[in-house]
Order: sequence, then structure tokens, then C-alpha cells
Amino acid sequence: MNASATPIPVKIVVAGGFAVGKSTFVSSISDIDPLTTEAAMTKASEEVDHLGDATGKTSTTVAMDFGRVALSQELVLYLFGTPGQDRFHFMWDELVRGAIGAVVLVDTGRLEACFPAVDYMERAGVPFVVAVNAFDGVLRHHPEDVREALDVPAHVPVLVTDARHRAAVRDTLVGLVRHAMTMATADA
Amino acid sequence: MTESDTDDNFRAFRVRPYLLTGGRTRAAVDLPLEALVRTTESGHASLANQSRERHQIVSLCASPQSVAEISAHLSIHLQVARVLVGDLVQEGLVATHVASTEKTTERPDLRLLEQVLDGLQSL
Repeated sequence: MNASATPIPVKIVVAGGFAVGKSTFVSSISDIDPLTTEAAMTKASEEVDHLGDATGKTSTTVAMDFGRVALSQELVLYLFGTPGQDRFHFMWDELVRGAIGAVVLVDTGRLEACFPAVDYMERAGVPFVVAVNAFDGVLRHHPEDVREALDVPAHVPVLVTDARHRAAVRDTLVGLVRHAMTMATADA
Repeated sequence: MTESDTDDNFRAFRVRPYLLTGGRTRAAVDLPLEALVRTTESGHASLANQSRERHQIVSLCASPQSVAEISAHLSIHLQVARVLVGDLVQEGLVATHVASTEKTTERPDLRLLEQVLDGLQSL
């Protein structure tokens, strides 16, 4: 096998509250119909190598939608939507590991829904942009008002996007990658 | 929280997920969600002798697939996919680019980010 024939995978996380348009955002740019992967929710399963057959645990699963975009022959971008609910935050560590960064989608009608995502990315030191999803093509709040309401630091870009449109989604991802480059340069 | 919210995120197990791995929940190699897996020549040659899930993985990865895609296409849990892929990697039947823990915890470097930027801009 020729190792150079296998592309390099890169990953961007799409975060935000429930029903803010994450799945739409991913499907607008994905080459494939978005797929769903499921993970067991119990943390305990990671702490034991062998599970007896009588653990008696009725586990539930957390489902994550994702898409795939071929950027070149050598590069594949994966976009992972975060599970919407707070109790699934343990999966976020896994999602942001090695990621370029995150797009935090915001619905200006429900600003508070994205607070946990903004907090998480800030604390985890993950490069992120806030993307205000203009539902119905209508922007209800100016991006700078959103910045103030969310108390987003000055260096974090607040962008306007439209999750339904491929070009808008691409521009948002470009904005994130540029921001990640700025942060990578600052760290170096 | 709405009803559909719950439906979206919770699904009952249809089979005991770790039955396929002999109860093992930890993979032999570190595999991020996006790690690309590709079938090797020995993998192709071994196809006739594989159990169902291993056969599916070795067939699927004739074109490189991420661990997340393997999990989705086979309808198996992510952790189960990891264990199965980890075994196949150790046996040399599939190969993966990203295998080192140190490497995968890091953010992509500037050079890689530039390539991503170029790729996005050419979409």
C-alpha cells in the first residue's frame, strides 16, 4: 500500500444549542449525506477493559451527526456536530481533540442556548468563531450586539452565516481557519 | 426540553454492543474519530476468512474511511468500531495515518491550516 495515497483527515466541530441549525450547516457543505455515529454514554465503560456480561447497566447512547468534505486529493475535512444537550458535554473533549477549531452557531432568538458552547471552547482553549445564523435571511441582531450579549472576547470573530447555503457555510469555515492560523501564529 | 430533543440523542441498544469485541472496550491503538483507515494488501487478501464485521470493515476501507464513518456504516458503536479497527491495524490488515497519541492531541500546524484554507477557498 502506498501510504501517501491516504489523505490527511482534519476536523472542525460545529457547536451550539439544540436545533440551532448544526445539522443543516453540516449538510449544506458535506459531500456525503451526513452520517450518524453513536457512542455509549457511560463514562464507566472507559475505565474498565473488560465488562462482565452481568453489569446490569442499561446504557443509553449519544448520537453525533457528521459530514465529510474532500478539500483536495490529500486532505479530507470532517465536520462534527456536537450533541445538543449539556449532559453530553463529556463527548466534547473527544470531539475537540486535534480539531482545527469550532464554529459556535447562534440563533439570535435564543442567544442563551449557545452559552455552554462558548464557555466550553474558551476554557478548553479551542480556536472558535461565533456564527450568527440568519434564519429566513433575517438578521435580528447586529453581530456586535451578539458579541456584547455573549461576552465574547475581542479577538474571537463574530460572523454572520446562513446554515442553508453552501457558500455562506464555506465562508464561515474560512473565517474559522483564518482565526486558527492567527492563534497558531500567536502561540508559536 | 422537547420530546424530539430526547429522540434525537437517545437510542436504546439493539444488541449488547461489546459482544462483537469479546467484551473489550479499549482499542489496541489510539484512534481519533476522524482517523482514516485504509485496507492493506494483506487485508484484501484476507477477506475470505473474516467474520462479518471485520469483513465489512476491510471491504469498506478499500477507499479510506474514518473511524466515525466505519461506525456509522456498520451501525456499531464508536467504541466498538475502535476496538475492531485497532485489532485489524495490529494484524496489518488495515493501516491508519494517525496513530500516535502525542500527534493527535495537538492542533494542526500552520502549514496544514494553510492547505485547509486553500482547499476551502477552492470549493
